[in-house]
Parts: sequence; structure tokens; C-alpha cells
Amino acid sequence: MFVYILRRLLQAVAVMTIVSLIAFLLFNYVGDPVNNLVGQEASFEDRQELRSRLGLDDPFLVQFGRFVTNVMRGDFGISYRMQRPVEALIIERLPATLELVLVSALLANFIGIPLGIFTAIRRNSWLSRLLLTISLVGVSLPTFVIGIGLIYLFSVSLGWLPSFGRGETVDIGWWTTGMLTLAGLKAVILPALTLGLFQMTFIQRLVRAEMIEVLESDHIRTARAMGLPRTLVNYKYALRNTLLPVITIIGLKLGELIAFSIVTETVFQWPGIGLLFIQAVSFADIPVMAAYLVMVAFVFVSISMLIDVLYYFVDPRLKGVGAGSLS
Amino acid sequence: MGRVLSSLPRNRQKGLAAYIRCAAYCSFTAFFLWLGLDVKPVGAENTVRWSSQGDALTMDPHAQNEGQTLTMAHQIHQPLIEHNAALQKEPALAREWRLIEPTLWEFDLQQGVYFHDGRPFSADDVVFSFDRARAPTSDMKDVISSVSSVTAIDDRTVHIRTKGPNPILPDQITNILIMSRSWADEYGVTLPQDTASGQETFAVRHTNGTGAFILELREPDVRTILVKNRKWWGLYSGHNHNIDRIIYQPIANSATRVAALLSGELDFVSDTPLQDLRRVEATPGLVVKKVPEVRVIFLGLNTSMPELFSSSLKGRNPFSDLRVRLAMNMAVNREAITQRIMRGMAVPAGNIIPPGINGYTKKLDEPIRFDSDGARRLLAESGYPDGFDLQLDCPNDRYVNDEAICQAVVGMLARVGIRVRLDAKPRTLHFPKLQNNQTDFYMLGWGSATMDAHYHLSFLGLPNAWNRTGYVNGRLTSLISAMAAETNLMRRNTMIAEASGIIRNAHVYIPLHHQMLAWTMRSYLDLPIQADNQPQFRLARILSE
Repeated sequence: MFVYILRRLLQAVAVMTIVSLIAFLLFNYVGDPVNNLVGQEASFEDRQELRSRLGLDDPFLVQFGRFVTNVMRGDFGISYRMQRPVEALIIERLPATLELVLVSALLANFIGIPLGIFTAIRRNSWLSRLLLTISLVGVSLPTFVIGIGLIYLFSVSLGWLPSFGRGETVDIGWWTTGMLTLAGLKAVILPALTLGLFQMTFIQRLVRAEMIEVLESDHIRTARAMGLPRTLVNYKYALRNTLLPVITIIGLKLGELIAFSIVTETVFQWPGIGLLFIQAVSFADIPVMAAYLVMVAFVFVSISMLIDVLYYFVDPRLKGVGAGSLS
Repeated sequence: MGRVLSSLPRNRQKGLAAYIRCAAYCSFTAFFLWLGLDVKPVGAENTVRWSSQGDALTMDPHAQNEGQTLTMAHQIHQPLIEHNAALQKEPALAREWRLIEPTLWEFDLQQGVYFHDGRPFSADDVVFSFDRARAPTSDMKDVISSVSSVTAIDDRTVHIRTKGPNPILPDQITNILIMSRSWADEYGVTLPQDTASGQETFAVRHTNGTGAFILELREPDVRTILVKNRKWWGLYSGHNHNIDRIIYQPIANSATRVAALLSGELDFVSDTPLQDLRRVEATPGLVVKKVPEVRVIFLGLNTSMPELFSSSLKGRNPFSDLRVRLAMNMAVNREAITQRIMRGMAVPAGNIIPPGINGYTKKLDEPIRFDSDGARRLLAESGYPDGFDLQLDCPNDRYVNDEAICQAVVGMLARVGIRVRLDAKPRTLHFPKLQNNQTDFYMLGWGSATMDAHYHLSFLGLPNAWNRTGYVNGRLTSLISAMAAETNLMRRNTMIAEASGIIRNAHVYIPLHHQMLAWTMRSYLDLPIQADNQPQFRLARILSE
């Protein structure tokens, strides 16, 4: 057990190192931040001087080494664009992204799963067909089109919901939440729908497919033959077996929501880390980009590690792995 | 509700499904009822909700010489001399100023001025602010590089000595904002922030100015709230603005920004995309204001290299031939670009000096006549009957429709046989190509910090990192250095006209157009549009019915 987790940890560290190395290689292609840091009147010598003070003239490996050593000390540097420490910026922006991701995950699950069940049980009704057609739209339309469409409908035409921002927020310690004010709750609806729509339709289709398969399996047929009530068969025996694989995938998709939030946050000017990243790219704000990529890598690595560890407990076949390598 | 109740489960078979249906129906109804009940209270305060694409980078008035940063800083701080809406110089913290020796300017300061926290303003604060703006970490130091010393003669008089005679010093200091020395001492911000130091200073998010508005809240990238400075001295001397509160919220996505204006969540957008102007104009309660911006968009030709980097033509540089440069100028249809791509929001240009600044001559800005047959003949005459190939370097996130303009130019040059490959890149990649002299043919736009033609001529007519034409002309060089020291305005403007003429006739630039600027706002907001794209809310009024 211990060895198994240790090995996963080592793999995680290796993945993180490789991700940050690749990220650093990519920074050579985002351009020169110095031009954004000085006014157009600045002389060539001033620019050169700033470049060397920022260490941008050093060889690639020296820059990368310095980055890794600083990160080990918990120092991600200072944002070129905002002139503030990157850790502070990320901690400031993280609550916005996490709340958005949480709300869209809830929406996706609480709407997607019932719809999946419905379309599986009532396979041939016109309503299921309509829902499936709509879900195709959700799967195939790009996020920014959905976002702009929702803004047009609910903000410009109907005037019900705000088109941008987080509304009013309340501070709870370092965490700022929009979940406690009316304006904050109204502001989260459109971005959460936009971000969650793909997941929602994806979950709906997944649940439907799984459930149809389960409904056709032997134990369900036996239960039906025994004359058990429909509801009991559908919602107790069939649904439980359906949801097991679905839960794994929903967990994995959570990481994707964080990564996908970049587009949604840009469309709705949602002040989360995705927006921070996009603005960093256009400014060539290397410290922010580096920290963001390391953080996203960390999220993915920890989620998949968590799932691996859970599998270890769930799947008895894995128990031999760690012990086997010891002998 | 009767219908809903009657649809509650009667048998266990359909129970859950029906229950889900009912719950969904009820909650949706409740939700929209709740939305409908939420009515915005009508505030007694005059609030302007303003947005544009990007936020101010810092609140430190000397750390970044960048448009939005300075625009925001100008609401909070004041310079000695400021521009009014017509971009003419007006007294701000200096009541009067005069040249007392060829290299010495004297400024009489306003009396009875206080900073936002109540500290009195004095000549010492001016000395401090100029020293701070000239510090090595200041981004304003190059703007006032001609200043050699600033001294306080008494409480209300300041002397600025320049390294040589400098007639346009008053124009150059309109962006040098005044801070309080004792406040800066108290919070350890006597120097502008050093980007390379890895530290955030107090001045990045806090201010103490003498301006019309006080910084109330600063959430970078989210919102910045300014409130009226009710004790502002300007209120008692002519500036009777009635804006109580400015809420600035940057929105990066332009479609969202326009949607927020249309939906009534914003009152003022200072960078509306061209394609949405008609839509905004057609919306009741919104108005569009337009003005030619002080910014010329042009292409530069690198004449200095023995051969072009990007061309298959080896051993010679076609741009060293004046006829080739003229032919390229003739091949560009500026009318088509301004009508089709800029949707009428540009004025065709014939030179690299934009209208609205001192020294502009209409005659020298006549666009070169579009004549592609003539251009082809000229090319054949100069030994390129089949044209040549090269690369055009273009930004894609800097000027209005920059990439589309370059694409159009590629097509126009193809008609005369010049095969152009377009390399459109973000500004973080485009501008380094210029600075490192790695371009043959490039797009650039140039605004003005001083509202004087010397600014354009010195950056675009003398060799420096922003001028990659490689064109050097002895007469032009001596004219530019002479006009910098010439204090007789008439003689000086004659020099500017001659220098502009030399650049125009050298055809090392292909001037395209002067970009126009559009502000969209509620019709009850009376805010004068400014050609420098810097709204000044001290000049604004909210009109009542």
C-alpha cells in the first residue's frame, strides 16, 4: 500500500517537472514582455537593461533552474502585468474559478443524470428524442458561441441576468464568495450553464447508454419477471449499477472543468484564474503563465492520483502490485 | 397550483418521474418569479459605469507609461499643465508658466490645494514628483529626459532647468503627475516600483492625489471605484462636473462589452468595435461619439540592408530604389481600406503626422493617388517587371483591424506583381522584430505624447528602435535637432513642414490612414470625446431630464 502510493507520488513529481519544462520551452514563443513593461519612448539600452535584470537573457536551463528553485521555496515571482506576487493573485482568483466549477458541476449532474435516466427509461417518447437532439447541440457547439448566445438572450433581450462579472461578493477570511448575495447568485447562472452544458449533455448521454445496457442485463430481466414494481427495478437495481462507472468519469471531468473555464471566464469576464491566464498570455506575463500551468498540472495529477488510490481500495486485484515489487 | 397538485403521484409506477417533473416545474416558476421581483433601486447618486478592454496596470502614476494606466491616474492625480478636451494646454497645478532663460522654465503653483488625505500641496511635492518620475525605475523618465534639475524657489514657485533649450517642455510634462512627498515617505514609495525586484509596493493599489476623484476601491482586473473629491479645488474654479462615482470594470471580450452596454449594465464604453457601432447607434438611449484619433497607421520599408531577409531576391535591396518605394505607395488603395475594412472609421493618410497636433499640414497629408498601372510601369522601369517576393510583419492585437488591413495590402501589392507573405503576430512578438531590426516590411502606428510633430519626426525620422527604414537624410536630421531648440513658433513650424516634406517625398513609409476613435455612451452622459482616447470625468456631466 505505502509503496504503491509512494510510486504514484514519484510519478506525479516527474509529470509536474516535465509539464513545467515544456511550459518553459513554450514561453520562448509568446514573445518579449519587456515591450509591455516600458513606454514607447524607452530607449533600446533601457529595454536591454530591464531584460537582463529580469533574467530574460539567461540561457533557457538557467531560467528554468531558477524557476524550479524559487517554486520549491514557494516563490512564483511577481506578475509583470499586475506588479503583484503571483501566489497572491492566484489565491485571490481561485475562489471565483472553484465556485464557478462547483456550480456548473452541480448543474451538470443534477440535470444531466435525471435526463439520462428519463431518456433511458422512456426511450421512445417524443420528449426523449427532443432531449437527445438538444443534447447534440450541447455537445457540438463551442463554448464561446453558447456563452454569447446566452448573454444575448438573457441579458440583452430579456434583461434578467448580468452579462459579465461576479456580482457582489462577500469575504470569508481569504475566500471571496458570490454565493451569499442575490447579485452573486444571479451572476453565476449564465457562466455556470455555459461551462456545464457540455458536461451536462455528456453525462446525460453517458447515463443513458449505461442504463440502457444495464436494463437489458440478466438481473434486471429476472427482477422484472419476478413482478417487482417498475420503480423499484429502475431506480434501485438498475440505477445503482449504472452510476458506478459514471461517478469515476464525473470525477475525472472535474479537472477538465477547471481547464475549460478559460473560455467561459473570458466570455463572461469572470475574475478567475482562467481569465488571469489568458490575459497573462497576451501580455507575455511569464511568471503568471508558469504558475498557472504548474497549478493545472497539479490539479490533474492529484485528481488522477486520488482516483488511483480509491481504485486501490475498490479493486482487490491491485493489492498485489506494491507487495509484488518488493520481493 | 391546482393543476400541479393534481399531477402529484397516484401510483408508485410513475411516481418518481412525475415528482421530478413537478419539482422542476415549480422551481423554475419560483426562480423566474424571484428574478422578476428583483427591482433595481433608483440611486440618487450620479454614477458612471465605464468599461474598456484592459485594466490599468498599476495605480503608481510613474511606473507605467501606458494608455489606460495614465487615463486612470489622471482622474486621481494632476499634472502641472493638463490638456482640455480639445487637447490644448490648460493650467492645472501650475497657474502660470514662463520661459525666463533659454533653458529655464518658471512655474507659479496653485494655492490652497490639498491632497485627498488632507495634506497641503506645495512646491516641494512638485520637486519630489519630478525626481521620482526621473528615477531609474520610472517609466516616465524618457518623456522628460531633457530636464536637468527641478528646484523649489519658494512655496509657490518651481524652476525646471533643461539640458538645452526646449520649447515644448510644457507639452512634455502633461503626463507627469504630482504625488505627495510626505505620503510617499510614510508608505515607503519614494521610488516607482521596480518590476524586476519581485516586490509589490504600497503605491500599486493606493493613491493620494490632488485630482477630482478619490480612489475608493481597487480590485485589479475586476473593478476600480472612484468617488467625487468634494473638496477638490477645481470645483471652485470652473470645473463643475456632477459625477459622484465612477465604476470601472474592464471586459476583455468585446462582444460581452457591447452586450453589457446594450443591456444597460454599463454607461460608457471607450473602445467599441467598429462592427457594433451601427447596432449601438440604433439603440434608443445610446449615442456614438467619433473623432479622428491622434494616431497614424503606416507601413515601413527597410532600405538599409544590402538585401532583404525574407526575399528570394539576392544581392540587392529593391527598397533602396526610390521608384520602387513610390510604386508600392501607388499600389495601395487607401480609399478601399478606409471604406471596406475600417467601415469609414479612418481618414486616408499621406504622411506620418496625424491631424490635431502642432505642425500638421493638410497639404503634406494628401494621400498618394492610387494607380496600380502606374505602379507596375514604375516597377518595370526600375528593373522589377516581374516584381519580387517578401514578408510583411504585422501585429494582430494592437491597432484597429490591423491584420485585416495587412491582408488587404497583400492583395493590392499582388496586383502589381509584388508577392507578399503576411506574418501577423501578437504585439509581444511583433514589436521585438522591429527593435531587433529583423524586419523588411512592417506595420506600425504612432500616437503622440506631446501633441507636437517633433515627437513623430524624432521617432520616425531619426534612426532608433522604432524606425527600421534605415533612411538617413542629413538635412532632415539637422532640422529635427534644430526644431527641438527653436523657441520661435513660426520658424519652428516652417522647419516641421520642411522635415515632413522630406519624409513624405522619400517614400520610406507607406502611410495608410489616421484611425478614428469611437466612444459609446448613454445619451444623458455628457462626456467630451478626446482624440487622445483619455476620458476626463472632471469635464463630464450627467444631464437631468
